[in-house]
Parts: sequence; structure tokens; C-alpha cells
Amino acid sequence: MANMPAREKALGMYKTMYTIRQYEETIYYLFLEGIMPGTIHQSHGEEASAVGMIYDLRVDDVMFSTHRPAGHDIAKGVTLRSMMCEMFGKDEGCCRGKGGAMHTGDFSVGAPPANAIVGGNIPIAAGAALAFKMQGKDNVAMSFMGDGATNEGSFHETMNAAAVWKLPVIFVCENNLYSATTSIKITCNMPNPAADRAAAYGIPAEVVDGNDVLAVNEAAARAIARARAGEGPTILELKTYRRGGHSRNDACGYRPKDEENYYLNEHDPVKMFRERILAEGVATEDELAEIEAEVVAAIDDSVEYAQKAPFPALADAECDVYDEGGNN
Amino acid sequence: MAVLSIADALKAAIAEEMRRDPAVYCMGEDEDIPGGMGGAFTVTKGIGDEFGYFPPIPGQKEVAGVGRAINTPISEIMIAGVCVGSAMMGMRPVADLQYCDFLFCMMDQLVNQAAKMRYMSGGTLNIPMVMRCPSGATNRGAQHAQSPETYFAHVPGLKVVCPSTAYDAKGLMKTAIRDNNPVIFFEHKLLYGSKRKEAGAINSSGEVPEEDYTIPFGKAAIRREGKDVTIVANLLMCHKAMQAAEQLEKEGISCEVIDPRTLLPFDYETVVESVRKTGKLMIVHEDNYNCGWGAQVASYFAENEIFLLDAPIVRLAALDTPVPFSPVLENYVIPSTEKIADAARKLARL
Repeated sequence: MANMPAREKALGMYKTMYTIRQYEETIYYLFLEGIMPGTIHQSHGEEASAVGMIYDLRVDDVMFSTHRPAGHDIAKGVTLRSMMCEMFGKDEGCCRGKGGAMHTGDFSVGAPPANAIVGGNIPIAAGAALAFKMQGKDNVAMSFMGDGATNEGSFHETMNAAAVWKLPVIFVCENNLYSATTSIKITCNMPNPAADRAAAYGIPAEVVDGNDVLAVNEAAARAIARARAGEGPTILELKTYRRGGHSRNDACGYRPKDEENYYLNEHDPVKMFRERILAEGVATEDELAEIEAEVVAAIDDSVEYAQKAPFPALADAECDVYDEGGNN
Repeated sequence: MAVLSIADALKAAIAEEMRRDPAVYCMGEDEDIPGGMGGAFTVTKGIGDEFGYFPPIPGQKEVAGVGRAINTPISEIMIAGVCVGSAMMGMRPVADLQYCDFLFCMMDQLVNQAAKMRYMSGGTLNIPMVMRCPSGATNRGAQHAQSPETYFAHVPGLKVVCPSTAYDAKGLMKTAIRDNNPVIFFEHKLLYGSKRKEAGAINSSGEVPEEDYTIPFGKAAIRREGKDVTIVANLLMCHKAMQAAEQLEKEGISCEVIDPRTLLPFDYETVVESVRKTGKLMIVHEDNYNCGWGAQVASYFAENEIFLLDAPIVRLAALDTPVPFSPVLENYVIPSTEKIADAARKLARL
């Protein structure tokens, strides 16, 4: 079992996990009420992966997310107000209303717009890692992907090059067992679609319980250290589970009930970490309740703020297509 | 002033920019393997000797850090994605595709990623990258023959460049490398002037200054002034249009030949000013007819400047077929100097 970190870090991780959970549940209700436009691909149930992987990154390390980006963004430091504004298509959104639910991010905190093409961010993360290497920096790039992305050509092409070039990049496969509605078991012949392929590229890999935030964080620390030391890429396959469907209209009719019961009740990452914090005396019930109340207040604030915030001016639609400057 | 081929002019531009800015690097399949070709058309041959190789090659030039001539696996998606990611983090990649037909292997990274990343970020990041794309039909069959500029001219967020002279090749390449946006840079295989002889190659060598200069995007060049017919043509077709114009001159028909130099942005103004004088517009490209970029130019005139026209617009393009191998068939499919001259003659007499 992974060791409990110092109290400040443990509670910091818990607070971020709880924030992701509350954020996603709030989004879900706003969506059901018909207040929020667009579509949603939610990350609750996968909080341990986001927080465990990202907690120890520096602000100038760069993280590339997927169409399910909220957890990663919150963990990397994108503000709740700017994310909520983006969800409502507002001018103060983290993408100025030009991204939406599948593209949230804030480049100033090392979270470029999330990528809604499956596998699309994998070579981009390798490119960021190549830039760090060429610039002589010890930063790392982190690419998140789902299990389905391991069947993309971009996965193969990038793993091969990242290994040959010893790039400081960490490939994180969040294996939530389903690529949209299709079980990964019927689209890949190996039990661990990312980790089992790693040997083919000469990249070290680990399979980790992705719902155990401390286990994830320890694996992340090993991969980050390898990358910073110039030893090359790592593939981490985190076994996890979505609490919700693939997207807004998915009632998960393809998931066995006993499997859902296990992940949603017995093996829920937020619940498990909360119980462990209490069991090991890291914090009291009252202290956790106080943290949770703070989180709920911050999310309520972001919703109120975003609903009142102005929409972009129509002329903004034609801005930001090109940068007018250059290295002249 | 030195007389350079387009291949050498491009090499000079890339090397000068790599000297000027340590963020500039070049990459591609066979980019610069000692004993190899330097891409497929010699442009980057010898670059590693000055800037170092990555991965390092035993016995070859070593540099501190990472060499800036990067020889890649044959992985087009990876190449384009690495350009996007490294550009985002402050580098200025210049990638070589060997054949522009391979663009289609990396479409997601160019169209969904490079072109949209700045916009989706609310203007907070840039993707300064150059994708070098050798184009044109050269007796190599349908998968090494296309002129796909139009696909990319359709994409907001990209810029599309197509030089036809050595002077322009150097100046436009420098502008492309310094630009903060993704640039798709077409280089016609029959215009390189590399030592390897190609059937139908045209000598495009010309005087190229050694001092630093750039050519702005969105400024067409009037290659030849005339008063009867305006011919807009890019890459190899610009040279063929010039040959046709010379023939027609002897017949007393005066053609103005305009090389757009960049398709996105496109310099409509120069074309409009020319047609104001000639009243007749003809567009020639090696891209095939259906929805080729000439259709956009024609539609611009139909919408905005129709009263300048004294005759219907003429569009001459490759036939709507894949490019066939047999030299006889290829010559038939691609617009020839004779076809251009015939069409311009007919238009002049209307």
C-alpha cells in the first residue's frame, strides 16, 4: 500500500479530488436543467488519476488533456471561474468562449486547450517534450489518453519516436474499460492495452490502480523523476472508471451492474481516500467537512459568476485565427 | 550576386534562420543522412554538418545539446504533432515531407490541431511551424504527383505559400519561419533545379542576394506586364504561362502574368488592378479543376468585380483524374504551355 504523504499534501490532494467531484456533479445538474449549452464528457470517478498524476508537476510542466478534461484542468490549476465561464460560452472563459467543454485549458498554467481528437495530443506532448530537451530544460510533458486512444496510429508513431529520442514525456492511459460505449476487451487483444504494448517500443510501463490516488502519485513520482533525469518516457496505465456515461446521452446500458457497483460504491476514489485520511488520523471528520464546505462554496460562486458574466462580442469570432506578429 | 537554384535558395534560407534563431530546427525522414539525399530533393543536405544531428550519428558533427537536423522515423502523424507541440513551447520547426502527398497522412495534426490551437486557446498560444511539401506531377504515378494547395487554402488558421522563383523561395521561406502561424509551404519538384535531372524540369535558378531579406505574404508578383489577358498561375504553371505569353507576344497578344506567391492570404487587389486593365481573366493551376483554388478566384470576381470582365473567366487546370504514370497521359492531364497559349489566344479574341 502506498504511503500517506505529509498532512498538507494529503489534504491538498483530497481538496482537489473533492473539487473535481463537486464540479462534475454540478455541471451534470446544470446540464440536466437545460441551463448549460453543448455537450459534456465528465471525469468524475477518475479524480485519483488526475490528482495523483498532476499534483507534483510544476506550473511550467505541460499537461495535455482529452475530451474529458475537467479533472486534469482543475488539478493543473485552471481556475473554477474561468472553466465555468467557458462551459457557459462566456467571454471570461478560459478559452474566451472559443473552446467549450472538450477544450478547456489555460496555457499560462501549463494546460493548453484539451484535445477532442482521440489520440490527438499524444504526438503534441512528445513535441513539447522535444522542445524542453532542445532548450536544455528539465521540464516534463504529460499526455493523458483513454484506453481507446491506444488503438490510434498516433499512439504507435509517437511511442516509437519518444523512445528513440528519450523524450521527457509521460503517457498516461486512463483505462476506464470503455471506449465510448465499446468494451476495450473487444477492440484490443491484450488485458492492458497501453502497458502491454510498451515493451514493443522499449518503454518502461506500470499498471496502477487508478482509483488509489496515493498509488498513482507514487507511480507519477517515478515517471517524473525518470523524465527529469533525461532517462526518457514512461507509460502508466491507470485502471479507473467513469461515474457517468461517455457523454450527455449515455445511460451506460452496456455496463454490468456488479461492475458498476464495485467501482461506484466499493472502489470510489474520493470515498476511499477520505476513509483512509480518517482511519490514519490525518484529519478529523470536522476538518474534512470544513474543506468540503469551502469547495462547495467556491463552485457555487463560479456558477453564479459565470451565469452573470457577459458573452463575447460577436466581432471576437474573427479574432485569434492568426497571430499578426512574428520573430522579425 | 549568386545565382542559385530553388533548392539551394531554400537551403540558404533555412540555414540562415537556424543561425539567427536557436529555436529554428529542421526535421523529416532522411532529413540529412550523410551519404543520403537531404530530404528527397537535396534541400537539407549538409545542414547537420553545421547544426548537428539528432539522433547523433557516430563519426559525424557533434554539438552541445540536441542537434538541429533531426532524422525521424517514417511517421507522418508524429512529425506533424511534434511540430505542433514543440512550436507551442517556443521552437520553430521546419519539417520536410519529401512528397506533399504524405500530407494526407497527417491531416488531423494540420487541420484539427495546428490550425485551431491558437483559436481554441482564446489567442493565448501560437504554433509557428513550417511544413515543406514537394509537389507536382513528375512521372512518379498518382501518389507522388499531387498539387493539393487548395485543401489547405480552405483551412482558417493555416497559411499557404507557393514560390516559383529562387529569389521568392528564399524570401518567402524566411517569412514562413518567422511567422507565428502554421505555414504549408509548397515546393514544385520540377522547379528545384537540383542536380538530379527530372523530365520536364524548368530552370528556375536566379539571382539571390546573400543579405537578409523577406517577402511578405499576401503580395502577388507581376511576372510580365500585358494589356490583353490577365493570367494568374502558380508554381510550375506560372513558368508555363510565361512561356505561353512569349509565344503569344509574337502573335501580337499581350498577356499579363501574375504569380500569387501565397494562396492564403491571397492578393486579390493585384489581380483586380490587372483585370481593370485587361478585362479578361484566366487562372491556371496544376491542382485539378473541381473546386481548385482558381474556382475561389473566379467566384471572387463573379461576386465583387463582374463588371470589370469583358469575357467569361477561363479556368485551366489538371483534369479531374488521379495523375497517371505514362508520360503521354501525364502530359495530357496536366495543363501544357500549348494548352495555356490556346486558351489565352481564344480568350484574347473574344
